[in-house]
Amino acid sequence: MLTIKDLKASVDGKEILKGLNLEVKAGEVHAIMGPNGSGKSTLASVLAGRSEYEVNGGTVTFEGQDLLDMKPEDRARAGVFLAFQYPVEIPGVSNANFLKTAVNEVRKSRGQEILDSKDFLVMMKERMKLVEMDKAMTQRSVNEGFSGGEKKRNEIFQMAMLEPKLSILDETDSGLDIDALRIVSNGVNALRDGKRAFIVITHYQRLLDYIVPDFVHVLYKGRIVKSGTKKLALELEEKGYDWIKEEAEALNA
Amino acid sequence: MNSTTINTINANSLLQDFDLFTDLYGKQTNYFQEIRKFSADKFNVLGIPTQKNEEWKYLNLSPLFKNDFRSVSHTQAFEIDAASAKQFHLCGENAIVFVIENGRLNRAASNVKTLPKGLSIGTLAELADDARVQKHFAQHADAITEPFVALNTAMSFDAMIVLLDEKIKINETIQFAFVTNTNQENISVPIRVLVIAEKHSECTVVESYHTLNEQHKVFVNAVSEVVVGEEARVHYAKIQIESENTFHINYHQVNQAKNSYQHITSLSLGASLLRNNLHIQLDGENCTTYLNGLYVLSGTQVMDNHTLVDHAMPNCYSNELYKGMIDDKSQGIFNGKIFVRKDAQKTNAYQSNKNILLSNDASINTKPQLEIFADDVKCSHGATTGQIDEEALFYLRSRGIAEPEARALLNHAFAAAVINQVESELLKESLLLLLSRKLRVMEEV
Repeated sequence: MLTIKDLKASVDGKEILKGLNLEVKAGEVHAIMGPNGSGKSTLASVLAGRSEYEVNGGTVTFEGQDLLDMKPEDRARAGVFLAFQYPVEIPGVSNANFLKTAVNEVRKSRGQEILDSKDFLVMMKERMKLVEMDKAMTQRSVNEGFSGGEKKRNEIFQMAMLEPKLSILDETDSGLDIDALRIVSNGVNALRDGKRAFIVITHYQRLLDYIVPDFVHVLYKGRIVKSGTKKLALELEEKGYDWIKEEAEALNA
Repeated sequence: MNSTTINTINANSLLQDFDLFTDLYGKQTNYFQEIRKFSADKFNVLGIPTQKNEEWKYLNLSPLFKNDFRSVSHTQAFEIDAASAKQFHLCGENAIVFVIENGRLNRAASNVKTLPKGLSIGTLAELADDARVQKHFAQHADAITEPFVALNTAMSFDAMIVLLDEKIKINETIQFAFVTNTNQENISVPIRVLVIAEKHSECTVVESYHTLNEQHKVFVNAVSEVVVGEEARVHYAKIQIESENTFHINYHQVNQAKNSYQHITSLSLGASLLRNNLHIQLDGENCTTYLNGLYVLSGTQVMDNHTLVDHAMPNCYSNELYKGMIDDKSQGIFNGKIFVRKDAQKTNAYQSNKNILLSNDASINTKPQLEIFADDVKCSHGATTGQIDEEALFYLRSRGIAEPEARALLNHAFAAAVINQVESELLKESLLLLLSRKLRVMEEV
């Protein structure tokens, strides 16, 4: 589904990703961990098409298409979804109105029928349950005045509505208490259907107790330096990143 | 203050039809003639302000008054009828709508059933004998130093008067649709309103400004005086959707007595040159006042909003939000003054002006001014000018919404924040529709 080859990217002239390789197949859940500044959020931003990030080399292929050549909206329509680390507040745009526009844009591009207000409400009601959202939240402006937990739930709710093929969760667990973490994880797990793929970016093993990954990768200095199963996450939890850093430095020396 | 006049233009041309209507006000004719004469003399002295005058610094009126504006005919037959007047209705079917065509009340086109008890609406000629009218007409808007108020007072004929008795609450919105409809060039149209809401009364008044026959150059000069009595509540809106050949200058003066409430929304979409002056005088304790404005400019439009909130008494609250969206080569101006007088302790006064520039050639001059002479007050003001929020734009695009639609959504949201504060749902809907229409036209260009 997604093939990243030798990806190099920089922001403000500073190279962050220095030759990253990753292969994600349909139905897989990949966790990406790593110390601060290793390039985790840069990877998410480059995949979603944030314009401040400059790609200096490598390729990213999504279902045979050159992802890097696509506008952010076309990536979304093709089935790539980014759950933001810091969801943006948009005063004056109601959550429901925004989502209806987005859902129908995505459906149009997939040749699906456009939902009328009634069908949309039915769909919304059903998906709201996944993240225990109440109706009032959909009527409020997008993320405006939402708590940290509400914002993250709203991201997963949007994901559920847009039905992406590949979801990238950028530190969705940051700032969540244990209840919110459970709600968000349940929402993600409900969407796992053996076809959808997920890239879960996180600092903490804790999230991976809820969203169990097939693979765990460690990103360090812009490259994936170690890959393994969920056991690797537990090992990192126990031993920290120093041993990984040492291994990586030794390899470079 | 500098009152240098433009010598090259003949300000007198604006007064040359002064004698055409001298017998309009029955028994009170002498009284109102005196006021008219006084104002005409004032205008002759004041003349048209130049940019040397601080209050007119950014607005160049000299090209405008190179045109020799003549007063609109007040004998011309009306063209608008009840059916065609429907296009001007903004406040639903129950609204009381008066159509004022070229500055004169067109009764046949108006939608007025029997007025509720305690409410009188009519022209100055019809209500001239009412003591309240004599007490307040031309007593609040400043004809001594403001040339266009003086000009208007001298030249307006069908002033529209609203008299709301004590304790009367009117649910229906009162709308004045001011329509310029002329087939002549360089016509000046004076428009005048006086609203008196007595103690404990409540009403909603909408002034809307329209143009038929859009190709002709017209100068609309409007003055409104609103007297809000003790404990009274007045909701107001001024909607400006005139043609791009319209020059529009208006003064809106509100005087609030103690414990009163006032909420005004100003929506400016039309005209090639527009100057809104809004002056709120808080003359009693415990007043609450809201001023919300939205101006959306495109092409080469110029819009200038000058507001003044004068806190003369203690314990009052004022809150002002003005937003501008400025596109193409248009020019926006905002000047918001708040005075807090020495006696006005415990004043709460807030002001915010936010602008979005949509093109590199668009400009905004914004000047918030706070002058505080009391020591126990809470005041804040701020002005921002920026482009569209790129983070929000990316967020929308990352959900599959194409860039142009995402921009439109954000622009609409920015502007709608002002309209969403309108209390009447029907009016709010109409205003959102007018806004969408203008934004759509801007996107297509």
